[in-house]
Order: sequence, then structure tokens, then C-alpha cells
Amino acid sequence: MEILRVDNLSKSFGGLKAINNVSFGLRKGAIKAVIGPNGAGKTTLFNLISGFLRPDSGSILFKEQEIRDYDAHRIARLGISRTFQHIRLFPGMTVIENVMMGRHRFGRTGFLGSMLNLPRKKREERETRDGAMEALRFVGIEELAHRDALELSYGQQRLVELARALALEPEILLLDEPAAGLNMRETAEMGQLIQRIRDRGITVLIVEHDMSLIMKISEEIVVLSYGEKIAEDVPLAIQKNEEVIRIYLGEEDAQDH
Amino acid sequence: MGVELFLQYIAAGVTYGIIYAIVAIGFNIIYNTTGIINFAQGEFVMLGSMIAISLHGVMPLLPSIVLASVVTMFIGALIEVLFIRWLKSPTVLRMIIITIGLSILIRELALSIWGEGVRALPYFTGNEVSSVEIGMIRISPQVLWVVGVCLFMVAVLQGFFHFTLLGRKMRACAANPVAARLCGINTKNMVTLSFMLSALIGAVAGCVVSPITYSQYNMGTGLAIKGFTVAILGGLGNSLAALGGGIVLGILESFSVWFMPSAYKDAISIAILLVILFVRPSGLFGSKERMALKEF
Repeated sequence: MEILRVDNLSKSFGGLKAINNVSFGLRKGAIKAVIGPNGAGKTTLFNLISGFLRPDSGSILFKEQEIRDYDAHRIARLGISRTFQHIRLFPGMTVIENVMMGRHRFGRTGFLGSMLNLPRKKREERETRDGAMEALRFVGIEELAHRDALELSYGQQRLVELARALALEPEILLLDEPAAGLNMRETAEMGQLIQRIRDRGITVLIVEHDMSLIMKISEEIVVLSYGEKIAEDVPLAIQKNEEVIRIYLGEEDAQDH
Repeated sequence: MGVELFLQYIAAGVTYGIIYAIVAIGFNIIYNTTGIINFAQGEFVMLGSMIAISLHGVMPLLPSIVLASVVTMFIGALIEVLFIRWLKSPTVLRMIIITIGLSILIRELALSIWGEGVRALPYFTGNEVSSVEIGMIRISPQVLWVVGVCLFMVAVLQGFFHFTLLGRKMRACAANPVAARLCGINTKNMVTLSFMLSALIGAVAGCVVSPITYSQYNMGTGLAIKGFTVAILGGLGNSLAALGGGIVLGILESFSVWFMPSAYKDAISIAILLVILFVRPSGLFGSKERMALKEF
């Protein structure tokens, strides 16, 4: 069953077609990767799906519901959460407070209730904290819960952001270069973590430059080049696809000169 | 100068300082969620007191203050929804020009509704001549009301921003709007809420000071300048720093009449504003790091 369906999606910035008539589906429970040279439109695609950008045309169906005109916060509440290539944490908050922000969508107490300190508010507060703690435990950094989020190392901050995205209990998780800036050991751990996320029943769509990671964990790959989809297949077939090899080698050629 | 007189000056300075601080906190709340200075902030103070005075003609004091504050709060929401929310590209400069325009509009509307007359709410307890003796100084009971109500509002706001879900959502929105949207927070609603909160505390402050300072259609401009000075003096965006900055400005103003004509009193705040902007733009209690980190 396809949980997400992107059809004929296009987005231009001025004269530049960042995403040009792209279509693909995302099978529930899969790990799918989007790869392509720099400027291929991968991040734009993520911004379109997560509602940070509006497409010019085309459609985005989440569980057969059209979400192309929804704002980012609404899409997050529907069950599509994401991380950014550049980490976006809340400064001035501890790790657990950061992750708790991801759980507020489950809160029910209104303005008056929260000011009056009703028992229900206390219970909700506890549930929020427990849920956030559970997410931290899942990514393996529960001992950092009460540290200031911005004091942590880069790799740890990535895990906090991931825990926050998981705290929303999403059905689809969009990961934008989760291994960027990580060392080899951290990258391997990130790969295992992504597989464990999938094993929990969360569908993963991932943009990543680390090819060995992508080939290892993803079940299907979409290749973008200059905003267009040029291939979509299983990793082994993508590795043998001549056009894919040409754009990647071509890119290396260009870098050589 | 005797000790008594000295303390009397201090008391007067603190009273005015706290009012300036409330206006400054109104600036801060909106600044933190939007990055703009709402120059119509003083007009919320004016509207709160003028509406309360009109309502007091037909109902007792307390309900008229409560109702006036709620009405002003919704005017704040209306302003945001009508003039800010639908902006296609909300640049800071554009929004600042809009708020200046709004402040002129509100002032002119107030002039046509209430005229130029100076009005006032009655003293909450006692009257103009009653006074309370505290230690060596005698102060009007209304001063205690001003200080009490304003400090209470500061405390409630701190509690709200730190211990309630909604407050935390607003903090998240100030700290990183993109991450806030990622967590499913409707940042536009948080901006509306910030206008409502600013209007509400401005209106309450307008009501409690009205018996001492009197109210007039143009009282907002002066307060906005003082409040802005205090917000900058303390360090933009931080409420407790605004309280400190307010008291500093209030006391300086109060002592200024001692060595220069009282007509120049208002020049003090402008002078301080310029000095701070030149010498220490992050404010007395701020630092560069703090400026990057928006806290209520």
C-alpha cells in the first residue's frame, strides 16, 4: 500500500525549475532514498512534501488525502515529520524540553486549564515528559535529557532532533542528510537507528550523500538530476543504471577540471 | 537633600519605572514572536484606560476595567489578523511602518471618539489626598496598586511562559519558528496570541495608572517612547531585564528634576536611548549571546 504519492510535482524559483514533473510513490513501512548531485532538488522536494514550500502544480497525497496546500504545522500534525540538513533545535531549552515540544500535539488542556494548574494538566505534563523520555531512550541519549541542547556535540544534537521528530509519533519520517557531519562510527549507528525506526512501522524517506549508507539501508531509490526524476529502482539496479553512473561520474569530471 | 526626600524620589521613580517596564514587556512579547517593534503598543495603554473610563459611567470600577482590558485584547487580535497576518512578504521594515500607521490611526480615532479632554479613573481605594505611610515616606495607595498589579502581571507572565504548554509553544516559536512549525505549532496563531497578550497587559497598566497620570487620546505616544527606551536599555526581548531597565529610567527621571527644569524630563529617556544604542546596543542586562537567544 502506498502511504505517500507524489504526482507531476513542479516548483520553480524564478526561471529555475527546481522540481520538474516528479512522480513517485512511497510504500508503507519502507525505507526509500532520494539521491542526486548537488542542486538536483532533493531538499526542495522535502520542503514541498513537508509544507514549507507550496508546489506550482502537481499533487501530494498522504493516505489518499491531498495535502499540497497544507501549511507545515498541519502536515506535522497529520503524521509527517522531518529533520533538517542544518539542525534546528530550540536554544535556551534543555534536551528533554526540546523533545517535549514535539509531543504538544497530543495536549488537550486549553489556555484557562493550563493557567489554573488543573489535575488534568499535571497528568498531561507527565505523559508529555514520559513520551519525550521514551523517544530519547529510543535514540540512546536519555542520559543527556537535562543538558542544555546547544551544549551537545554535533552528532548528539542530530539525535535530539531525531528524537523530537519521533516524539510526534509520525507515520512518515523525512530525513534530510542525517549522516552529514557524522564520523564513520556515528554514520553506521545512524544507519542502524534508521532501520530500527522502520522496524517500528514508520515509513522513512531519506536524502543522503553517503552512498554506502544509502545502498545498505534503503529498499528503493529515486534519482533526481536538475529537478527531474531520471531513475527509480532497487539499489542494485541503480548502481548499474548507466544514466545514473553518467551523472555521478560527470559531476566528478566537472570537479576535476 | 534629606533622606526622606531622597526616598520619596526613589518611590516616585520606581512607580513610573514599573509602568514603563509593562509597556516595554508589551514590546518584548511581540518582538520575540515576530522580530518587529509594535509602535502601536502605547495605544493599547491609552485604549485600555479610555474604554474603562467610558464604561465606568455605566458600571462599577472592577467590571469596567476587566471589560476594557478584554475589549483591548480583542482589538489587539483584530489588528494582527487584519494588518499583519495576511502580509505576503512580511519584512521587518514593512511591519514597522504598518504599526506606526496603526498608532496614528488609533490615536485619531480616539480623538474623534473621546475628544481632547483629560479624564481619569477614580482612585481604586481612598482618594487623591489619602496616603499610606511606609517607613519614612508617604505614598498614595494608588501607587501600591500600580506596583502590585504590574508586578503580579510580570510574575504571571513568567509562569505562563515557563510552566504552561501554550507559553512553551510561544517560547518555541520565538526561539526557532521553523522548528516550531515542524513540531506542529501554528506560528501564525502564536503571533496573534502575542498581540493579544501585549494589548491585555498594556490595557491593564493603562487602567491602574489612569488615576495618577490621567488619560488622554495622545497618552500612548509618550509611553511608547519610554517603553521602547526601557526595552532597549534592559536588552530587547527580556522581560525581567525590562523591569530592571524601567526602574533605572524611572529613578533617573525622578532625580533629573532636581538638577534641571522638569520640562526637560522627557529628554532624559531620549538621551539614554541614544547613549545605549551607541555604546551598548545589547542593553544593560543583555549580551550578544543573549540577543541571539530570544527569551520572554
